[in-house]
Amino acid sequence: MKLCVKIEKRLDGFTLCTEFETAGETLALLGASGAGKSMTLRCIAGIERPDSGRIVLNDRVLFDSAQGINLPPQKRRVGYLFQHYALFPHMTVEQNILAGAAGKDRAARQTAVQGLIERFGLTGLERRRPRELSGGQQQRAALARILASEPELLLLDEPLSALDEHLRWQVELELADTLRSFPGGAVYVSHDREEVYRLCDTVCVLDGGRSGKKTTVPELFAAPASVGEARIAGCQNISRVKTEPNGMLHCLDWGVTLRTARPQKESTCFAGVRSRDLHIASGENEIACVVERTVEDVNSTIALCRTPGGGLLRAAFSKEEWIALGAPHELTLSVDPQNVLPLME
Amino acid sequence: MDWFPLFNSLRIAAISTGIVLFLGIFAAYYIARAPRVVKGLLDVVFTLPLVLPPTVVGYLLLRLLGPRRPIGAWFLEYFGVRLTMVWWSAVFATVVVTFPLLYRTARGAFESFDETLADAGRTLGRSNTWIFWRVRMPCCRQGILAGAVLAFARALGEYGATSMIAGYTPGRTATVSTTVYQLWRTGDDALAFRWVMVNLAISAVVLLAVNLLEQREKRGVRR
Repeated sequence: MKLCVKIEKRLDGFTLCTEFETAGETLALLGASGAGKSMTLRCIAGIERPDSGRIVLNDRVLFDSAQGINLPPQKRRVGYLFQHYALFPHMTVEQNILAGAAGKDRAARQTAVQGLIERFGLTGLERRRPRELSGGQQQRAALARILASEPELLLLDEPLSALDEHLRWQVELELADTLRSFPGGAVYVSHDREEVYRLCDTVCVLDGGRSGKKTTVPELFAAPASVGEARIAGCQNISRVKTEPNGMLHCLDWGVTLRTARPQKESTCFAGVRSRDLHIASGENEIACVVERTVEDVNSTIALCRTPGGGLLRAAFSKEEWIALGAPHELTLSVDPQNVLPLME
Repeated sequence: MDWFPLFNSLRIAAISTGIVLFLGIFAAYYIARAPRVVKGLLDVVFTLPLVLPPTVVGYLLLRLLGPRRPIGAWFLEYFGVRLTMVWWSAVFATVVVTFPLLYRTARGAFESFDETLADAGRTLGRSNTWIFWRVRMPCCRQGILAGAVLAFARALGEYGATSMIAGYTPGRTATVSTTVYQLWRTGDDALAFRWVMVNLAISAVVLLAVNLLEQREKRGVRR
């Protein structure tokens, strides 16, 4: 399986400009809402038409503005799992899945549908309508319907966001099984980094309509390359920097110079530090701060610290640690040079 | 009591509802997806008969279909058919007057249709025709049906344009509403009252049907 996407589309307020390739893995398109993730999926599926670019799936050109090719969705063989599943409300589960199985003779279709009903644990629910199913059952029915159409690629648009928190875990496990057993690749759109970490192999961050470089998921979290990637990977503290020799970064917003053990580039103009990488310790990379306020989170206490440069730092402590410290008003934070992330724009 | 006016009214209403159902769905489907300027303009044209006095509709129809007018004269010459003053002339009047009722309810139903269902059908490889008949129409059925019942009721009671284009000939073009007027004019108050009662009963039944349809639609959404 191979998918190449390079498209541009003007939208209200910004231009969507995405470029990536996948080779049979589950690729995540990770980004904040309104970053153009769903629009990218809709362009791949043929529901929307990009202004220019090229989409190729397994040597079949789905879209090419230069050659004037734009296959209709019906001919793309691309399965699309919609956010709210888009099951036909007036049809039963069985009729919905049958609607996906087109083209073959009646008997073959019936057998295929029966197989899918069993595989997705929908036995006994065949005659129910979508509104009589739970969220998880609806998703399984939608996936069965998609697989009945025998797609070469799966597109999943925030498939877990319509579910209640306590249902999500089980549905996510089932979805992971489906993704693993699917022979083609998948593009998974989400704004939830933890979900992406658990379900996807590679990731492409979409920020303001532009796609970043594809990396493996662990790599994105260990070493984000840009400000957009760092934010989406959960790095809350970001400062503008001036680079200095020997791995020194002069952080303008924090008023300190920090050493990084990571390679900095010419394009480095920001530094990022995760809130959990800030500790109370003396040594290298000290930052003297005034605690401006604290926020009690479920498992931690978050201190908002005013830095010498005027910017705020978010530092996370375990609740016990914070009490042991005596809820100080002033403190000196430090960060391991390994955890100072040099970032580009 | 001669029941011809009731029979005539029912057949006129049934035929015109059939025609309006076809035209209204067609117009609503294309206008729901038309560019905004076209939509605004055509919407006014299609809704106009709803607010025009029926006599104005009747006048305009006579200007077009009368035996000495362009379309009417052409039909008379080539087919030997008179378009006015026969029982089915009233169908012209009821189609024009009831069209906006169906068009507007159908358009509302089409506009509230969830387009991702159509997108889903297309990515599953289904043709646009399949999607229209198997997904879009069943999902919008309740709204369109309610519009059709309203159009039927309105056609049953149409008086102004009907009396102008079909006139009142007992046993030939008389409808319930023209009969009521004629009986009242000639002073047959008792018979007029009986026809009024018939009319009231039919209208009440039809409105009851509309309400039941709307309730079923609401329940369907809630569940």
